[in-house]
Amino acid sequence: MSKYARSVSKNAAALASGLVFGFGLALSHMVEPTKVLAFLDVAGRWDPSLALVMAGAVAVTFFAYRQIGRRSKPLLAPHFLLPTRSELDRPLIVGAAIFGVGWGLAGYCPGPGIAALGLGTWEAPVFIAALAAGSLAHRWLFETRKQGSDRAAAHR
Amino acid sequence: MENFTPISALLGGVLIGSAAAVLLWLNGRVAGVSGIFNGALLPQSGEAAWRAMFLLGLVAGASLYVAVNPEGYAPRTGFPATLLVVGGFLVGFGTRMGGGCTSGHGVCGIARLSIRSVIATAVFVLAGVVTVLVIRHLVGGGV
Repeated sequence: MSKYARSVSKNAAALASGLVFGFGLALSHMVEPTKVLAFLDVAGRWDPSLALVMAGAVAVTFFAYRQIGRRSKPLLAPHFLLPTRSELDRPLIVGAAIFGVGWGLAGYCPGPGIAALGLGTWEAPVFIAALAAGSLAHRWLFETRKQGSDRAAAHR
Repeated sequence: MENFTPISALLGGVLIGSAAAVLLWLNGRVAGVSGIFNGALLPQSGEAAWRAMFLLGLVAGASLYVAVNPEGYAPRTGFPATLLVVGGFLVGFGTRMGGGCTSGHGVCGIARLSIRSVIATAVFVLAGVVTVLVIRHLVGGGV
């Protein structure tokens, strides 16, 4: 396969994956924040649907990943790119906690927030703009400064 | 539990898992939406296009479902914009700091039996539960 054909195929594969993902989010009502908040509201009229979405997704992914893991490389790319870190550090815990608070306030996480951009609700673009700002703020506060101090340390 | 929808939840979950499988099988990538979004936000060369296509697919896939099945989507009305802005900012900040969201940690990470992802998922679900408990039942905002 030529380099160009491979690049087009990779983009088409990503589009197809996104399509199925977004369809699944809408089918399972996860693009409705009322549905998500009803899962998190254990003291109210609790709705366990989100747990079943997760269970279904994890089950399929678990078995598929095991099959795919037997291959030496993916079909359209030179190698698999999987997260390799294993340490339980503070940013993981604090970051997950901050994310959870925001999730509980808004009722959206990134996937459903983006998927809802085409559904005509004003909520999705407002949420996604704020999400982008939060992500950039973290980058600006911690990542660029850290890179800077790493560089300074290398000079010393 | 009168609002429980087990069939559509399981079917939707199976589709989400299949989407994650396709992305790993073909492109060798994990389907973590916050990571893909962050990568598209500040693109590196050669990595922006597939991410943009995945996000476009996410929007198109949900739109397709609602176009075919309009009564299958109930948008929320009268929700305060302030909560969306504060919530969105925290979600963006926290997922960047914690290296993933519901899809990256909650689906792909748990499926890989990553301890980091199992812990992160437990923490963000617990934080979400406590937040809703405080807002709905202690402060009584009723949102």
